[in-house]
Amino acid sequence: MFSKKTLELDAAAEVGKISAALRAALGRMRRRGLVVGLSGGIDSSVSCALAVSALGKERVFGIFMPEKDTSDDALVLGSKLAETYGVDTRVEDIGPALRAVGCYARQAEAIRTVEPQFGEGWKFKLALPSILDGNRLNITRLVVESPSGETRTHRPSGAAYSQIVAATNYKQRLRKVTEYYHADRLNFAVGGTPNRLEYDQGYFVKLGDGAADFKPIAHLYKTQVFQLAEYLGVPAEIRARTPTTDTFSLAQSQEEFYFSLPYDKLDLCLYAHNNDVPIGEVARATELREDQIDRVYKDIEAKRRTTAYLHMGPQLVEKVPQV
Amino acid sequence: MEIRDQIRQFLLTNFYVPDPATLADDVSLLETGIIDSTGVLEVIAFLEKTFHVTVEDVEMVPENLDSVTRLSAYLARKRG
Repeated sequence: MFSKKTLELDAAAEVGKISAALRAALGRMRRRGLVVGLSGGIDSSVSCALAVSALGKERVFGIFMPEKDTSDDALVLGSKLAETYGVDTRVEDIGPALRAVGCYARQAEAIRTVEPQFGEGWKFKLALPSILDGNRLNITRLVVESPSGETRTHRPSGAAYSQIVAATNYKQRLRKVTEYYHADRLNFAVGGTPNRLEYDQGYFVKLGDGAADFKPIAHLYKTQVFQLAEYLGVPAEIRARTPTTDTFSLAQSQEEFYFSLPYDKLDLCLYAHNNDVPIGEVARATELREDQIDRVYKDIEAKRRTTAYLHMGPQLVEKVPQV
Repeated sequence: MEIRDQIRQFLLTNFYVPDPATLADDVSLLETGIIDSTGVLEVIAFLEKTFHVTVEDVEMVPENLDSVTRLSAYLARKRG
């Protein structure tokens, strides 16, 4: 019978499998270790712990890359992780670079087209309503908060929405540029930390957090990542933290920004959809109605369609056989 | 120009449809990838600006917006 237990894995065997794959990949790439960007979140923490388990702490280099919208606890939790595994780390403040390329100014310019007062001291986020509420289309809202704490919600224009996202994507891209600087310096490869939900559903920035040489947990459902975190001894504070985007100035969950559903339920729905589990069993396991599950499946397919481009490499006119 | 033709013209001009013949009146704009969630925002802005209607939140459903036929019928209802 399909249930939450269906996703339980043999943690020791899985760590062995991932370790062997990482060592083999480094051998093929002729790299000497792995760089991992550390956010204080569960995915980068487990990826770091897996790399240490596979390669030893001397062959893992962690980088913290805060900017002005990074949450206060990110560095504290990341440091605790690095201390736990004895990994060498560096703090790279990407704020000045983001300011220089106009990330914040371009965000603000787009926001002011729908909220003219937006400026110093204001905060914002992009948010989706829950997919369970009805047969609505995936329309993102812009939520702004004034310095006095007043919150307003707007439906942005397509141009404003695209500019906010495009400007914000500088963050993930500059982080990846920084990771490759250290990888080149050390002759290391770069790790990518998406879990299966993120990888499958396109929740990453092309040539930003989507870029990497090795993605150790892209095949694992989020609940399985938590299972490995416990097995690998990732600090309890990191395991207890709600997954966030840590990208916008207003606090925001990943569910609110992209997935529209709590990750544990989406894990089950994605598994069930991938494996043709009878819908009655899915309803029992997720405590969702069958019409809600049907909407989740449609949303999964829609996200696969609209983000297929993110997975594509450069398209060639014809194959170059020598490469 | 008929409403249906105005909508078709907007979709063909604003989005990239390699073969305009594939934009049949009843084809799903979302499932064929002609528009995505950002595209929906652009379609809504087009409706509001061109036809002087206000698209309410509860009206942002596939039944109203996800084909040329559905868009035309929705507009006809809105304009009474």
